[in-house]
Amino acid sequence: MNGATSRRIVFEDVSKFYGDVLGVNRVNLAIPPGITSLVGPNGSGKTTLMNLLTGLIRPTRGSIRVFGMTASDPERFFREVGYCTQFDSFPRGITGYQFVYSFLRLYGSRHSEAEELTWRAIERVSLVEAAHRKIAGYSKGMRQRIKLAQSICHGPSVLVLDEPLNGLDPLVRAETIALFKALAQDGMHVIISSHILHEVDAISDQVILLSSGYVVAEGEIRGVRDEIQDHPMQIMVRCNKPAELAARLFERQDVVEARVHGDGRGILLKTRDPEKFYLMLNRIALNGIAIESVAPADDDVNSVYEYLIGSEEPTK
Amino acid sequence: MTMLHLSQALAVLRLEWKKSFFSKRGLWIYLLAGMPIVLFAGHTIVQLETGRPCDIGLDTTIFATVFQVFYLRLLVFFGCVGIFMNLFRGEVLDKSLHYYFLAPVRREVILAGKFAAGLIAAVVIFTASTFIQFASLYAHFDAGTVRDYLVHGHGLMHLTAYLGVTALACLGYGSVFLTAGIRYRNPIIPAAVILVWEGINGFLPALLQKFSIIYYLKSLCPLEISPDVPKFFALLVVNAEPMSGVVAVPGLILVSTAILLAGAWQLRRTEINYATE
Repeated sequence: MNGATSRRIVFEDVSKFYGDVLGVNRVNLAIPPGITSLVGPNGSGKTTLMNLLTGLIRPTRGSIRVFGMTASDPERFFREVGYCTQFDSFPRGITGYQFVYSFLRLYGSRHSEAEELTWRAIERVSLVEAAHRKIAGYSKGMRQRIKLAQSICHGPSVLVLDEPLNGLDPLVRAETIALFKALAQDGMHVIISSHILHEVDAISDQVILLSSGYVVAEGEIRGVRDEIQDHPMQIMVRCNKPAELAARLFERQDVVEARVHGDGRGILLKTRDPEKFYLMLNRIALNGIAIESVAPADDDVNSVYEYLIGSEEPTK
Repeated sequence: MTMLHLSQALAVLRLEWKKSFFSKRGLWIYLLAGMPIVLFAGHTIVQLETGRPCDIGLDTTIFATVFQVFYLRLLVFFGCVGIFMNLFRGEVLDKSLHYYFLAPVRREVILAGKFAAGLIAAVVIFTASTFIQFASLYAHFDAGTVRDYLVHGHGLMHLTAYLGVTALACLGYGSVFLTAGIRYRNPIIPAAVILVWEGINGFLPALLQKFSIIYYLKSLCPLEISPDVPKFFALLVVNAEPMSGVVAVPGLILVSTAILLAGAWQLRRTEINYATE
């Protein structure tokens, strides 16, 4: 096993059934470093997958390894893994500081080290001023942030986040996304589940699309889009003569639709063969139409999600 | 157990001890522990008010009967239900058990830390109650009689034995209810089954008797109950084949350890699925 392979999170033929109810079925994944988003409607298996990864539940079949380790060896495994769950619950009667500090002591840190790591984690989630207040008095966003601090305080290599942006106001949401990006840039595996597709799209290096317990697509979002043959690729072309361009494109067989954009400064077209289209566009540009920009219009998570999963759509 | 395991178990203990002593859910445990104190203090007050002559031997027998029939079998029993069953069940109800399961700590260490926290709370609460009961029962005797009983009679030895039996009862029942709390959602059913099992202990074959906590505790009680007690009570409190203390103490520790090992095995298999709770 080489270094790159050994630093992956691997699901091998993993299935989980709750009695007769399917959680996830026949999942095979090898997740590389960076930000990976789990996307799917409620009940698609996102949380089940995260709980399986962190050993909170055991697979009915198959195995899960993080850097070659399993959760049955918690002393090694959980030094590498942090999990910010969806459960909005805490040990009773403690402050934010005590919450993070106590669990660091449980990890085996000495007092001074635990104290330093606690403050560092609390600073990263911008909760210093409220650190000595009881968690019971925190707002939803603050509770979300202190959970995040607790899950990163020991410096894990894998951070699993179940709906981490829930309850955060726009400013904190932006800060938190920046934090995830910074952690991923440091080489960490950040695995996020979210219903908010445009945020997922903005931060993900790769996505895993789930539907009814099955992985329907995985990988870098553009690569996933390229593999969807049923839906012609949408391309936005900005140019000086959109009506003329549309008329020329209608003559081509690989272009199935072309319409002038609402602002009158470009066209939106659908083609079954984007590569051929790009070559042809070069020739058109030489024939008196000034092309300002060409960009794919449906290679985002939102479109891919809609094509693959359809109507069971999460929040856009 | 390595130093790391020890420090982790202590960290669990630090997180848990306050909950075991001061949780609102556990207030009734103090009421249980206080009940016999009220009984014996009431007896003392009546004696002092009426000035009737007292028999220290009779009071000693009354104490032994109340201790075995009422205190050990019901109050310490249900007190341990309250303390130990909540150690894991309470976390599941609060949806906070996953924090422990996501820490780099062996689940056996979590169990050890939580058990230690529960045991400290149970031993402090119930041995304190035993001591106060003992003190309040003899408070109406004059100082000389009490001194004679304690120093020249068996008083001090009896007190030590009662305190020891109380602590061992917490250990034994604690291990049973900690394990039951991991295994079962509803504490009432296992508590009722174990209560019946402990209750019919006197009617069971000798071998089966050894698979109960009360068998060892009865063997360790310093006084046999008076033969004058009704037959039913006699069956409850008299050991047909009592063990010597030298065997009963390690026997009880062995049984408790076996039960805790079963609990640790169960805990390793436990999944977090709050939705079904």
